[in-house]
Amino acid sequence: MSTRTLAVVSGGLSNPSSTRLLADRLTAAAVQALRDRGEDATVETVELREHARDLADNLLTGFPNQSLRTAIETVTGADGLIAVTPIFSASYSGLFKTFFDVLEKDALTGKAVLLAATAGTARHSLALDHAMRPLFSYLRAVAVPTGVFAASEDWAGGGGVDRALADRIRRAAGELADVVAGRPGGSRPADPFADPTPFEELLQGGS
Amino acid sequence: MQFGIFTVSDVTPDPTTGRTPTEAERVKAMVTIAVKAEEVGLDVFATGEHHNPPFVMSSPTTYLGYVAAKTQKLLLSTSTTLITTNDPVKIAEDYAMLQHLADGRVDLMMGRGNTGPVYPWFGRDIRNGIPLAVENYALLRRLWTEDVVDWQGQFRTPLQGFTSVPRPLDGVPPFVWHGSIRSPQIAEQAAYYGDGFFSNHIFWPKEHTQRMVGLYRRRYEHYGHGSADQAIVGLGGQVFMRKNSQDAVNEFRPYFDSAPVYGQGPSLEEFSRETPLTVGSPQQIIERTLGFRDYVGDYQRQLFLLDHAGLPLKTVLEQLDLLGEEVVPVLRREFAALKPAHVPEAPTHGSRVAAAGGAMDATVRAVADDVTGQMRDEARSEDLEEVPTR
Repeated sequence: MSTRTLAVVSGGLSNPSSTRLLADRLTAAAVQALRDRGEDATVETVELREHARDLADNLLTGFPNQSLRTAIETVTGADGLIAVTPIFSASYSGLFKTFFDVLEKDALTGKAVLLAATAGTARHSLALDHAMRPLFSYLRAVAVPTGVFAASEDWAGGGGVDRALADRIRRAAGELADVVAGRPGGSRPADPFADPTPFEELLQGGS
Repeated sequence: MQFGIFTVSDVTPDPTTGRTPTEAERVKAMVTIAVKAEEVGLDVFATGEHHNPPFVMSSPTTYLGYVAAKTQKLLLSTSTTLITTNDPVKIAEDYAMLQHLADGRVDLMMGRGNTGPVYPWFGRDIRNGIPLAVENYALLRRLWTEDVVDWQGQFRTPLQGFTSVPRPLDGVPPFVWHGSIRSPQIAEQAAYYGDGFFSNHIFWPKEHTQRMVGLYRRRYEHYGHGSADQAIVGLGGQVFMRKNSQDAVNEFRPYFDSAPVYGQGPSLEEFSRETPLTVGSPQQIIERTLGFRDYVGDYQRQLFLLDHAGLPLKTVLEQLDLLGEEVVPVLRREFAALKPAHVPEAPTHGSRVAAAGGAMDATVRAVADDVTGQMRDEARSEDLEEVPTR
């Protein structure tokens, strides 16, 4: 049994938030699903609220400060990512988008990602597939087919979580676990500083 | 080790008075600052090159030629010369000319420029930044080292039988640094040629500078120019000082808070923690600067940014007094004591001429001299007999 790392990015603004609540449900289900596949998992959660000012500073200075750097490394170094945002004005929140805006190009290439969102009404649910999924396609992440959307009414069912929502969480977590467990561990994006393009190649028009 | 200052030539309102200097005032202020740099005992003055407001330095060799006439020892350099949007032929000509006027007190730093709209004004595309830097610099080297160049490339009109004049002073081109904030390809380029590598350093955390310089040093050794710790490294720095640390913080804060590069973002304290910015007493500047060595190794050139963000000329001159009287003498002593003997100083015209086996007149005669009627081949064969071999 090997150990996989899961990073969770939660874009909720209140504390506690329904976004974090959904993120925690998804995380628990993903850890269980990995265990079912013979894999241990460690989980690290990034609450974007704690980095709101860091992110604004990064937009202006062009670099992440120490605190944000740690959060970014958590996400880029993980074997799998659970990304959860509240839906604002028909899309992911600005704070959520900013976090993904400041990542290095290619930082999430090939990353297994589970997409999830919360909102006050089910009428926002298509934002998952019309806004969030294209963002991760652009980042060349591998988003699992099931996205999980939870509106206020989904939390109202028996036992705290509506049966249909619980099913979606289980299915999405299983899909994420399938991708993560199916890969060799410890993969990292190529480091251009460790392994530069030789200058002869640059002279011949490479980059 | 060389110490100096570098300017970006910004024309920025002074946030404490709301007044913006005229271009005329700023240009003359930069002359005053460069002359003052020599007076207070600094070694190097470098200017940026920009072709868009709020900057004023579009014509570095015009300016540096004037400064050369007003100084005796100061080494004149750039930070940076745009190797992407300038014609390498014009760089070869302009800086060789400056070499002659300044008696060799010239080197230069290649940079790409990161302002997208500038490129098309010069017929270029920022997406070709790296290939332009690679091809143009390869041509520039040939123009300086070969008397007659036939050349064809991707970006520039081909050259047939072209001779760049004047030839480099004493037959030795200016030393070249390559500056880059974040592109490993440029560190690789500097290493390949055995040129210097300058890390801007001042806008990013030290871990980033450490990675860039580390890559350059490793590859410098790989390409056989010497051991990694003998590679030629320069660093930027950004300081504001007063005798009393708190006075420095209070005086600099309004300039920091509205500075174009990082203003309205992190606090002065946060930015000082994350980057090399040091605002405080001369002793604090000394301690912080000595610490740079801990993560880049022994290095050859330290340039400070002093005259930006709307700081008035009077203040900049006071900063230069403090730098020259209280900071640099101590840094010189301390860095020299720490540096092992096998780590070289930055090359100068004198050291490069000596390494080439002495000065030679590199003058190339015209193909057909209209006075003597001699052909180039005849003229050259006669010259060659008088030229010392090297």
